[in-house]
Amino acid sequence: MSARDREPVDAGRRAALKLTGGGLAVAFLWSAGMGPAVATMSARRQASDAGAAAADGNPPFAPNAFIRIDSNGPVRLVMPSVEMGQAIYTGICMMLAEELGVGLDQIAVEHSPPSDELYGVVLLGGIQATGGSTSTRAQWQVLREAGAVAREMLVRAASLRWKVEPGDCTVARGVITHTPSGRTLPFGAVAEAAGKLPQPEKVTLKPRADYTLIGKPLRRVDSPDKVNGKTLFGIDIRVPGMKVAAVRTSPELAGRLGDVDERKARAIPGVVDVIRLDDAVAVVGEHYWAASQGLLALDITWQHGVNENLDNASLIRGLRAKSASGPVLVGRKATRDTPAAGTRVESEFVSPMLAHAPMEPLNATVHVTPGKCEIWTGSQVPTRCVAEAARICGIPAEGVTFHAQYLGGGFGRRLETDQVEQAVAFAKQVTYPLKVIWSREEDIRHDRVRPLYFDRIAATLGADGKPAAWHHRITSGTVLGRWAPGAMGKDGMDSDAIESAADLPYDLDNVQVEWARHDMPPGLVVGWWRGVGPTHNLFVVESFVDELAHAAGKDPLAYRQAMMKPGSRPRRVLDLAAEQIQWGTPLPPRVGRGIAVGSPFGSHVCLAMEVEVTPQGVVRLRRAVAAIDNGITINPSSVKAQIEGGVLFGLSAAMFSGITIEHGAIQQSNFHDYRILRINEAPAVEVHLVDSDEAPGGIGEVGTAIAAPALANAIFAATGIRLRELPVTRTSLVASKEAEDKVVSTGSGVEDLA
Amino acid sequence: MTVLRINGEDHDVDVPPDMPLLWVLRDVIGLTGTKFGCGIAQCGACTVHLAGKPVRSCQLPVSVIGGNEITTIEAIGGTPEGKRVQEAWLALDVVQCGYCQSGQIMSAAALLAQTPQPTDADIDAAMSGNICRCATYVRIREGIHQAASGRPLGLQVIVDGERP
Repeated sequence: MSARDREPVDAGRRAALKLTGGGLAVAFLWSAGMGPAVATMSARRQASDAGAAAADGNPPFAPNAFIRIDSNGPVRLVMPSVEMGQAIYTGICMMLAEELGVGLDQIAVEHSPPSDELYGVVLLGGIQATGGSTSTRAQWQVLREAGAVAREMLVRAASLRWKVEPGDCTVARGVITHTPSGRTLPFGAVAEAAGKLPQPEKVTLKPRADYTLIGKPLRRVDSPDKVNGKTLFGIDIRVPGMKVAAVRTSPELAGRLGDVDERKARAIPGVVDVIRLDDAVAVVGEHYWAASQGLLALDITWQHGVNENLDNASLIRGLRAKSASGPVLVGRKATRDTPAAGTRVESEFVSPMLAHAPMEPLNATVHVTPGKCEIWTGSQVPTRCVAEAARICGIPAEGVTFHAQYLGGGFGRRLETDQVEQAVAFAKQVTYPLKVIWSREEDIRHDRVRPLYFDRIAATLGADGKPAAWHHRITSGTVLGRWAPGAMGKDGMDSDAIESAADLPYDLDNVQVEWARHDMPPGLVVGWWRGVGPTHNLFVVESFVDELAHAAGKDPLAYRQAMMKPGSRPRRVLDLAAEQIQWGTPLPPRVGRGIAVGSPFGSHVCLAMEVEVTPQGVVRLRRAVAAIDNGITINPSSVKAQIEGGVLFGLSAAMFSGITIEHGAIQQSNFHDYRILRINEAPAVEVHLVDSDEAPGGIGEVGTAIAAPALANAIFAATGIRLRELPVTRTSLVASKEAEDKVVSTGSGVEDLA
Repeated sequence: MTVLRINGEDHDVDVPPDMPLLWVLRDVIGLTGTKFGCGIAQCGACTVHLAGKPVRSCQLPVSVIGGNEITTIEAIGGTPEGKRVQEAWLALDVVQCGYCQSGQIMSAAALLAQTPQPTDADIDAAMSGNICRCATYVRIREGIHQAASGRPLGLQVIVDGERP
């Protein structure tokens, strides 16, 4: 063991992991207090508020960055987060409206302008960012308080007009009522007067028993326009004079653009321009069809870079070598130095790179004029888009106008600004507004992928079958180290890499968890992918716990229960999911149940799966039963939807997805070779909520993070085959040579293809 | 000039004959409700109805359309099946990011027009060409059954002011 290994574990890190979970979030908690104070949302007016309100129609009452009340019309609510499917707009509206005293049918939602000062998230280092399942957690206090501040000012304005006690007034559905006299005033009638009042220093928030909105399955505020095609996503923006660009970036990662013969492209009707960057070329057309046909007609020579000979096998060899040689950082230190006596179980796991593939391909519309840059796009990091555009254009940030849009899926891909940066760099070369659309092929070949991981994990079982010693070494690149280097631990630790590995839901003390950093080559950029660290760690940890149960001769459920305190939050979700899937009841041959439990993102989740594996090795997902304790639930429909979709998102990846590299290029390109789960393959998903008074936890990534281990454990139960590498491959699950021959002879070897 | 009959109106468009309907709708006419997802008819985001049948508009050259009526998401609420699907989608909060839902709704409406009481197997067959990356499949299935039966199924979401 090196000297570095002996450094004491950062107690704050462990505490933060326990407190919040959330790979992307937790890192910033450790660093809190170490750096300058970060920007954060406030329930009250801040310095930047006046400008924001002025730009938003200068409403007579704008008590904070979230609420605008005009003399007439709906109450306008400004969304600090972005909507990418997770229903956060609805959740935000419910938190604000609960205390303000309006109904969701009385409000209009607005995208927020870019502003770290007004919409920064402390959990994310003060950046206006939507990610890490942090939105509800970060806003639960401040938005209810923001609603209450507004309500108290409106009531005060009404009571001054009536010359009555504010305490004698009530508020409901946008109307203030003086109870003794029965007089009423709508919000709009007192908006102007309320806007001139001082802001209350203290407000009283409703007790949970008094909620009229929070806790109810209210309809999403964004659905009506999403079922009739009216909602505008970034890709739908049309600006007068706009042209459309199709792009090709060097397929070899970090390769460069060489010669381009553009004569044939220019001859295509509708093609307007051919423009270049160091590593990419774009054809501009009157419409995307002309642009994409022009792109196909280009004769492009690419120049090799450092990745010419890079392939997947070499990446995995590199991770293995680093895992063996170190150096390693210790994320959790074992309590005993002496080796434990007993049965030793050891395993290695490989988790693949993954692409995000949001349904809306990456795009940005940009208009660069002297001293100015205007951007229309859906981004999880609007202020970062502004900063990058300013840098590329060489103008101050004030010269950049950012028009936020709905996101057709994010999953972490839109926490990156690379596509927006590229669009600005292209648009800078032309005078007209330019919409740059990445084809699906560009989207997958130039994704910022979920990292590749190599894990070695070992345990020694004591006489009772429980692990007397546990040693887990994770080896990977780092997302956090690039995305927010300031949030890395003092010792260089990446908190995301060890989340849900260092903070196990089990009563085990002698646990050592280490991380070896192994950076990927230039151009192979790793990024946040729904569920981030926990998605990988829960696969390894919960698969391994299953292995230990079988090594100890115990039932996988009973084995877990024996390591958890009865009544604890993770134990309750474990028991609930097991009960609901009728754990232990008989199943047909080649059908198995698997279970996995964890506490990622400040919530507690268990998934029980039932699968069938045919003799030919085809996996059929029969049933998925989830139990979740996410603290106080804002909207039970939204929570269930996130778990339903999140579980299937995780199962899709585990069943089908892996990004691989050959000759330095990503080999996959579209949905034919980067498969996504389809409805005919999706199991029924049941979600059971545990009622809780605890503060809200995250939900967007929880279902995804718990999916793969439940699947792998169910496959083991069905077949006796332990999957230590994803995705699932049919050939690894074939029952016998005869079964495989049958597949070949019937010509249905692609039975698992849609 | 090509004349396209879209949502009950004629549109004269000056486009190459091989241009897919998707890009004519989106970039020429400005009907952006029909979405681009893959460009190779693998995801179904671009689904529209051609003479009442669901087709992938990213692979449909305008030259083959002729006088056939095109219906897009913007007008599907004008058909009985489309309206019922939209209502069920809202009652069950099927939508997440919503980007694929234009195509899902077009495929679902076509299924109900053809098969008013679809089984799960019918749903699998009609809907497996539509990818939802948010994986809203559980509620898509439930939504189709609800639209077919007219009866509330599963968790009904409510509008503020309603009783649950």
